[in-house]
Amino acid sequence: MKSLKNIFQEKENLLSIFFTAGYPNLNDTTTIISELANNNVDFIEVGLPYSDPLADGPTIQDSSQVALQNGMNLDIVFEQLKAIKETNSKPLVLMGYLNQLLKYGEDKFCQACLESGIETLILPDLPMVEYENHYQQLFKKYGLTNVFLITPHTSEERIRKIDALTEAFIYVVASASITGAKGDISNSQITYFERIKTMNLKSDLIIGFGISNNETFKTACQFANGAIIGSAFIKELSKNGVSEIDNFIQSIR
Amino acid sequence: MKFQPNKNGYYGQFGGAFIPELLYPNVKELEDNYLTILESVAFQTEYKDLLQHYVGRPSPLYLAKRLSEKYGATIYLKREDLNHTGAHKVNNTIGQILVAKHLGKTKIIAETGAGQHGVATATVCALMNLECTVFMGEVDIKRQAPNVARMKMLGAKVVAATSGSKTLKDATNEAIRYWIQNPETYYLIGSVVGPHPYPDMVARLQAVISKEMKAQLKMQTGNENPDTIIACVGGGSNAAGAFYHYLENENVELIAVEAAGLGVHSGESAATSQLGEVGVIHGSKTILMQDEYGQIVEPYSISAGLDYPGVGPLHAFLHETKRAKFMNATDKEALKAAYELTKIEGIIPALESAHALAVLPKIKFKKDQVVVVNLSGRGDKDLETYINHLEK
Repeated sequence: MKSLKNIFQEKENLLSIFFTAGYPNLNDTTTIISELANNNVDFIEVGLPYSDPLADGPTIQDSSQVALQNGMNLDIVFEQLKAIKETNSKPLVLMGYLNQLLKYGEDKFCQACLESGIETLILPDLPMVEYENHYQQLFKKYGLTNVFLITPHTSEERIRKIDALTEAFIYVVASASITGAKGDISNSQITYFERIKTMNLKSDLIIGFGISNNETFKTACQFANGAIIGSAFIKELSKNGVSEIDNFIQSIR
Repeated sequence: MKFQPNKNGYYGQFGGAFIPELLYPNVKELEDNYLTILESVAFQTEYKDLLQHYVGRPSPLYLAKRLSEKYGATIYLKREDLNHTGAHKVNNTIGQILVAKHLGKTKIIAETGAGQHGVATATVCALMNLECTVFMGEVDIKRQAPNVARMKMLGAKVVAATSGSKTLKDATNEAIRYWIQNPETYYLIGSVVGPHPYPDMVARLQAVISKEMKAQLKMQTGNENPDTIIACVGGGSNAAGAFYHYLENENVELIAVEAAGLGVHSGESAATSQLGEVGVIHGSKTILMQDEYGQIVEPYSISAGLDYPGVGPLHAFLHETKRAKFMNATDKEALKAAYELTKIEGIIPALESAHALAVLPKIKFKKDQVVVVNLSGRGDKDLETYINHLEK
């Protein structure tokens, strides 16, 4: 498997896809990952379904609820990922909520990530101050990197601080919003992307939240190393299951 | 000051602000300003004036003679049920609406369980001419219909939370999601929960309960300290207020009463301290009810105000340090206590407050033990439940 770092060095216009583990069916995880890899998705975000996903809109909330009803849990998702660790060629990013890590056990969780081929975490409710006080050390011990989010309301001073702490990439949240496709990208969003771009940050940038199709993906790529599509892909899965993944990805590129 | 939070909002290991980056500017703005505002003369003058002339404070401290006789102690009731809007919740909403005004906010959002906080928020929004949106679980909308009608009459928009268990936790999730998408709004949280500085701010605003208690006890008994204070705990705001000025005085016994629903271990309960473990909920590290994978468990209580899977971080700390004793009462015990108070004292308590009364038979009192039960709200909103369970 290539590391995330290599991918960022080698390519531009990176496409990342988010899906909820256990959705639409409990055992779709590995199929979805291999389909995405076969269609040249550059890296993959695996979402851990959570009972109370505060940063997520209705589409991902619903997929989480279905995944939990399907019986998905951390032990199962780690087992599924371990099974494809040797064959999977694309970097995996795990997205979940802090309470899942806390309850599973911090060290046990990190160890399981390592054994499952995960190198990067996105925990939207892990704030910077807690990261600096504790989690930076913990993640470092296991060679894991952490992704911070920035939004149109994040101050320049704070963006600089996040840039300094970033080892993976900065997740540029496209609007003051929870996850979910919104259609077009507005002029004020463009202004915000330009502002971030001209800050000349050392970190790579990925734009997400509201990226849903070829047009929004292309626009996002003008200002960042690439973009993440989540809710739009979940909608595709709920419509066609895993059978049309290739068509969906081709429609984005 | 062992029971005050540190600068990051921690009571021991509990508290903090575990919020998505999207909420950081809002919470930071509040954190940077709340103490200055709360301590300002302008705020204090207006807050005290409204509490006195609008809410009707001080609320009486009533010596419940027949209740005292029955349980062999000297039992006082702190009459928060007599406040305007019918519960302690208004102490907090009056305070926070003034904070919101000082911060220049014009749109207010809130979550509500029993509807008491929703009504108290809609009330102060009407008073201040501010736009008000209240998130309420679909289940609670059904079981607290009179309060829904009140909120609407007061001009608030009531939005049904249809995710998860469709109760208080989900109403809170929806309020937070709305806040993320509308960062210009002010989130008026109703309990000592949520990210720092909310737990501390709400506790300070409810502290008026124990401040008055001190003066009233001094006048009525000659001693400002009771032996025991009993209050119910869902998120824990009335308990935080009733305990506040006694937290550092360990001679005063503090009893927090949680809702045991159908029984603590029945699988239908909201007794967080008994069933919960350390975790993060609604931006705060605290004790919460969760499964082995950290999924939040849906709580149950007959009382919509206690139907919450966590407790405020202060209470988690009071439990861990054993500064407060945590007891619980089942639905049945609470109903029985409500009927008892109604019959012997002529006071119909809220179902939430009835949980606090319900532990009286479980405690062995010393003769002359001075006990204050915080009667956090009145029972008008629960009449339908009371009628359905009318003793046959």
